[in-house]
Amino acid sequence: MTVLLKPRDAGELQRTVAWALNDAVALDIEGRGSKRAYGPPHTAAHTLSLAGIEGVVDYQPEELVITVRAGTALREVEALLAQRRQMLAFEPPDLGAILGGAPGEGSLAGVLMCNLAGPRRIAAGAARDHFLGFQGVNGRAEPFKAGGKMVKNVTGYDLSKLMAGSLGTLAALDEITVKVVPAPEKVHTLLLVGLDDQAAVAALCDAMGSPHEVSGAAHLPASLAARSGVDLVAQQGGSVTAIRVEGVAPSVAARLQALRAQFAASAPALEELHTMRSRAFWDEVRNVGLMPPTGTPHPNPPPQGGRGHESSTSPLVGEVGGAQRRREGGSDARSSEATLLWKISCPPTDGARVVAAIRERRPDAQALYDWSGGLVWLSLDAAGSDDGAHVVVRAALAGGHATLVRAPEAVRARVPVFQPRSPALVALSHRVKESFDPTGIFSRGRLA
Amino acid sequence: MQMPPLDPAILARRAEIVAALRTIVPGEGVIADEIGMRPFECDALSAYRQMPLVVVLPETVAQVSQILRYCQDHGVKVVPRGAGTSLSGGSMPVGDAILLGMAKFNRILEVDFPNRCARVQPGVTNLGITTAVQHEGFYYAPDPSSQIACSIGGNVAENSGGVHCLKYGLTTNNLLGLEVVLMNGEVVRLGGKHLDSEGYDLMGVMTGSEGLLGVVTEVTVRLLRKPTTARAVLLGFPSEAGAADCVAAVIGAGIIPGGMEMMDKDAVHCAEAYVGAGYPMDVEALLIVELDGPPVEVDHLIERVAAIARDKGASTVRVSNDEQERLLFWAGRKAAFPAVGQITPDYMCLDGSVPRHRLTEVLSRMRELSKQHRLRVVNVFHAGDGNLHPLILFDANDADELQRAEAFGADILRLCVEVGGVLTGEHGVGIEKRDLMGVQFSEVDLDQQMRLKCAFDPDHLLNPGKVFPQLRRCAELGRLVVHHGKVPFPDIPRF
Repeated sequence: MTVLLKPRDAGELQRTVAWALNDAVALDIEGRGSKRAYGPPHTAAHTLSLAGIEGVVDYQPEELVITVRAGTALREVEALLAQRRQMLAFEPPDLGAILGGAPGEGSLAGVLMCNLAGPRRIAAGAARDHFLGFQGVNGRAEPFKAGGKMVKNVTGYDLSKLMAGSLGTLAALDEITVKVVPAPEKVHTLLLVGLDDQAAVAALCDAMGSPHEVSGAAHLPASLAARSGVDLVAQQGGSVTAIRVEGVAPSVAARLQALRAQFAASAPALEELHTMRSRAFWDEVRNVGLMPPTGTPHPNPPPQGGRGHESSTSPLVGEVGGAQRRREGGSDARSSEATLLWKISCPPTDGARVVAAIRERRPDAQALYDWSGGLVWLSLDAAGSDDGAHVVVRAALAGGHATLVRAPEAVRARVPVFQPRSPALVALSHRVKESFDPTGIFSRGRLA
Repeated sequence: MQMPPLDPAILARRAEIVAALRTIVPGEGVIADEIGMRPFECDALSAYRQMPLVVVLPETVAQVSQILRYCQDHGVKVVPRGAGTSLSGGSMPVGDAILLGMAKFNRILEVDFPNRCARVQPGVTNLGITTAVQHEGFYYAPDPSSQIACSIGGNVAENSGGVHCLKYGLTTNNLLGLEVVLMNGEVVRLGGKHLDSEGYDLMGVMTGSEGLLGVVTEVTVRLLRKPTTARAVLLGFPSEAGAADCVAAVIGAGIIPGGMEMMDKDAVHCAEAYVGAGYPMDVEALLIVELDGPPVEVDHLIERVAAIARDKGASTVRVSNDEQERLLFWAGRKAAFPAVGQITPDYMCLDGSVPRHRLTEVLSRMRELSKQHRLRVVNVFHAGDGNLHPLILFDANDADELQRAEAFGADILRLCVEVGGVLTGEHGVGIEKRDLMGVQFSEVDLDQQMRLKCAFDPDHLLNPGKVFPQLRRCAELGRLVVHHGKVPFPDIPRF
């Protein structure tokens, strides 16, 4: 059981942290709670939700930055940017569905705190590359800021980088500035059909090394391609290797033509997706929607009065001061029905070899390749127990990181969710944590 | 410029420290004589000079580790140095500190084209990386003006930018991995050839930390395929406001040029006199906009940019027709600093960033400040990202002018912060802007940054006197007063 605290502004946020600091109360920090089942289990009796601190602070499209309150829903930010034909270049994935919750519920802070990026990461960088500045409260209950609202800024340490991926262990943020970019006019995708994993990764690396400015490079083995909601992908009857080009119409046409010529000889068959289908397809890749199990709406909708929905309209909903408790783990319990899901970050050319090495010991492994082979989403059967899979997965790596993204809470409590680090790095990470949060009130055991 | 007082105990132990360093780095790697140390007495912020305690030039990671460990154990300060091209005094020596030069780390360790990355030692020059990979059509994107001389290790320390960072990002956006030696001698590897690592992004925070957190001994950079075409368009405007409007309109139209540079009238005249780039002389502001990518895209976008410029009242619109003409357009811009150097004994180059929509206002207020301080200012800047490089003209031999130039520079940077910008876009804080940090950051903000330094360097031995106006001891920064049970539960919604 955990009590959810939901401050509505920076002042309330500061007072909440001050209280926690003084009473030595541990707080788990979350954005809107959509990724609560990500990372090591939450252990605190109190959860500090940023969902009540929402809204756009400043957005001037020609400045290429947007400043929002931390708990603002990602879908609201993306919708606002789309109105002005802009976007977040790092193409943040929505992991809500694969983590057992509802899609579309995450916050911008949550995506940044997990440093999640989609297919365009390979061309445009990760979430951390677009995080320019913030305001927040540290573990001393002090409001502070870092970075700025400028794309180009080297004044002081780049604490935004440090916040990205910190899982709420360093500070509770209340305001965030990120970089935005113009959205492309056209999005086309070249599909190479029927390549095996090794040949597909080699083709993707060739495409990335070409001068054609490829912004997405993914490979779906036949079983996953067949699950796609995009007819042209699902109907191929074989594996699909996808290469995306984006930009102004004449450029997209010319580059796609050039890529067609480049791969005409090496691929058994070529197909093309135009803008609408391309967008749908890359959303599937981005949100990891094709990994098993998938394809059916989740049997258990979020509990009434539970997470997410109520907060976007009113932070209060008549529950102020009430001690309505929620089920521990929330969405978590449901994920025990799902397969284990690993996210492997490795040198792109190594992707297929890593998967082959894992399959030698775990033939049940299914893999989806993104980032030209540098990101492997790998699912394993035997939900509910890890069966030493983490040892198998990590032994296959030759440089890189493997993260256990989806597993029942008991497994995540027992198995190192994140790639183990050297003792020197562990010690340094603890010192960094202490420099922000000396008494360890924030998100204990989540990262450092 | 005030630097921390020298520690007489360290100065008294100089011979002992030199001898200890010689046991770690044999032969010519330790330089302790005055003539040998003289070339290291300043960096590119050459108005400030200071001889170091001793210069040491290690060749191996093990030597760097032993040097730092020795310094940590004996309380000796260390100033790391790449190529010494910092414009903010980031590698300026300190009298009671070892100068740790990384110039001998000059090898390219590995080029991996299929994974589009290169592993290099920190002393390799920025341009040296591109030179090593261009035969395969690749390059390293960040291009600071000093790229022929500056080292990649220094680029990491300063998070260097350049003309093309609007489209391709700063150093931090083009790194995959680092090897770093901490002040306690520990060697840590951050990132690698893979794209994302879990855990704190220590590579991100090392980048741009100005040599205060650790010493970089290896860098893995991202390589990009060179764009197939680049064309530039020269746009002259009868007013600065027109040029600024054009910049905003180009970006508003969804176009991100490879580079978008602005020069004011004085800069145009200086540059034209110096290199004869064919710039129009009857304009108040000149823009150089470069588009790169596939030829069909460049042709398409350059027409759109030209149309926007005409709409915003451009009096000159000239598109480069060949590579020679494109390079000529750039020749004036690239020579702008030395060109300005021709008309003044000295100049001070500033580096604030401002929101684009405040550009015209900032330029006009800068003119007022120019009158007030009785010194001329010439403006050359990266208009695309609002990164200004005002050049204040003065004579360093005139003590009053130097003082006025410093005061004028400080006023310009205050103005940048006032309009929502920042003190430095790419040159770093160093010693130059150190005392202005309080303009942009509160005491709490700065204390938090200093506490982070304590996590890396608890005795504040690395690059002392830089970035922070006043270093407070880690013990003092770490103090925390907690009144258990005396803060009421805040009146906030809970569920």
